[in-house]
Amino acid sequence: MTGYIALSAADLALGSLLVLANALLSLALHLGVHRRLLIAAVRMVVQLSLMGVVLTTLFSHVSPLWTGLAALMMILFAGREATARQDRPLAGWWSFGLGTASMTLAASLVTIFALTTALGPDPWYDPRYAIPLLGMILGNTMTGVALGLHSLTNGVALRRSAVEARLMLGASRFEALGPVIRDSLRSALMPVINSMAATGVVSLPGMMTGQILGGVAPMEAVKYQILIMFLISGGTGLGAVAAVLGSARRLTDSRHRLRLDRLTSR
Amino acid sequence: MLTVSHLKRPGLVDASFSLSLGECVAVRGPSGAGKSLLLRAIADLDPSDGEVSLEGCPRNSMSGPQWRQLVGYLPAEPGWWADRVGQHFRDWAAAKPLLDRLGLPDEARDWPLTRPSTGERIRLALIRALANDPKVLLLDEPTAALDAVAVAAVEALMAERVAAGLAVLWVTHDAAQGERVARRFLRIEAGQVVNEECRA
Repeated sequence: MTGYIALSAADLALGSLLVLANALLSLALHLGVHRRLLIAAVRMVVQLSLMGVVLTTLFSHVSPLWTGLAALMMILFAGREATARQDRPLAGWWSFGLGTASMTLAASLVTIFALTTALGPDPWYDPRYAIPLLGMILGNTMTGVALGLHSLTNGVALRRSAVEARLMLGASRFEALGPVIRDSLRSALMPVINSMAATGVVSLPGMMTGQILGGVAPMEAVKYQILIMFLISGGTGLGAVAAVLGSARRLTDSRHRLRLDRLTSR
Repeated sequence: MLTVSHLKRPGLVDASFSLSLGECVAVRGPSGAGKSLLLRAIADLDPSDGEVSLEGCPRNSMSGPQWRQLVGYLPAEPGWWADRVGQHFRDWAAAKPLLDRLGLPDEARDWPLTRPSTGERIRLALIRALANDPKVLLLDEPTAALDAVAVAAVEALMAERVAAGLAVLWVTHDAAQGERVARRFLRIEAGQVVNEECRA
């Protein structure tokens, strides 16, 4: 590392003028978003500062317990967010439960895989590697799981007569739901595929940019980014398959009947 | 014989009756009385309580898909899952004789689903259901959207299948049709099977 330029509070204050300029724009043009904009900016500052404090503490202790606890909190927030993004989630705790369980499975498997093989910090659960890695994988897995579930529950509700037509003719539940399941998995994977295709041409990923600003040589940062993209696509695929198949199972029963009564009606 | 005893579900109070193989029973009753709910419950498409068995075999002794292959159901508005008509048939060539009989052309195989009329869809769905070779067929107003020629063709085809041993439960609003196709009637009012009358 060749060192980096540290930021002072005054530097941030200067940057925040741009947000204030946006707020003034909203007032002048009657956009009505200035309140939400300022609240979101304040939330961002508070949440990230808290995260900074938490990470500083975690890094200085390297405790498997506290690292695990932080990971659990991140996963629970991701589960809540994935549920909130659906129009008609599964009723009861099923939506949150299935979403969270599949994200836990996918994100932790992929994170542990990377920590024990490619990255190999000592100990493997060193929070300086584990937490940022989990955060990146989890964030993308969450998007995939939320899109997959949204598309599944909407698709089943809208294509009810098509699904039931196959059931009536003696198809099993997974045969009957096949087209809806495939569409859901496709829409879950689309963001990862698109971002892999556009990365480096249209966009410079945030992590790589951060490393370069932090003084890492570009080729080193690029290698990290390539690994991260692989991990993200693995996590998204695994998480979406688990969440979509689990929910498809819950949307039908052992007699192979379609159970739309198990969706929240809005 | 299809035996239904104390079949209950929301919208259906308590249905008990039987249907012999080679018999067609017409189901009548006002709209919203629960006729379609009864057919869906027999086909095991919705959860229900009570006993339903076919030739002594309770339906719970077999899987849902196995049951629905034996007990076919043609809803008033059949569903379609693929883009073209032909993709809904396992074996188009085998369906050809029935297509001819019900006045549907061979080119229908490549029709997009936006092409067939309501009446054509019903006939296609009937052929699709018969292709499974079910023992029992539940029909929900199959001829409501058909012209006189097609109605006669469907009735003749069903009469032939019934004579060959198929059991049919035929929901119809048309009293004259009921008299033509069935000798026995079920009347459903407010979710209850209220009487069965026999015609000499």
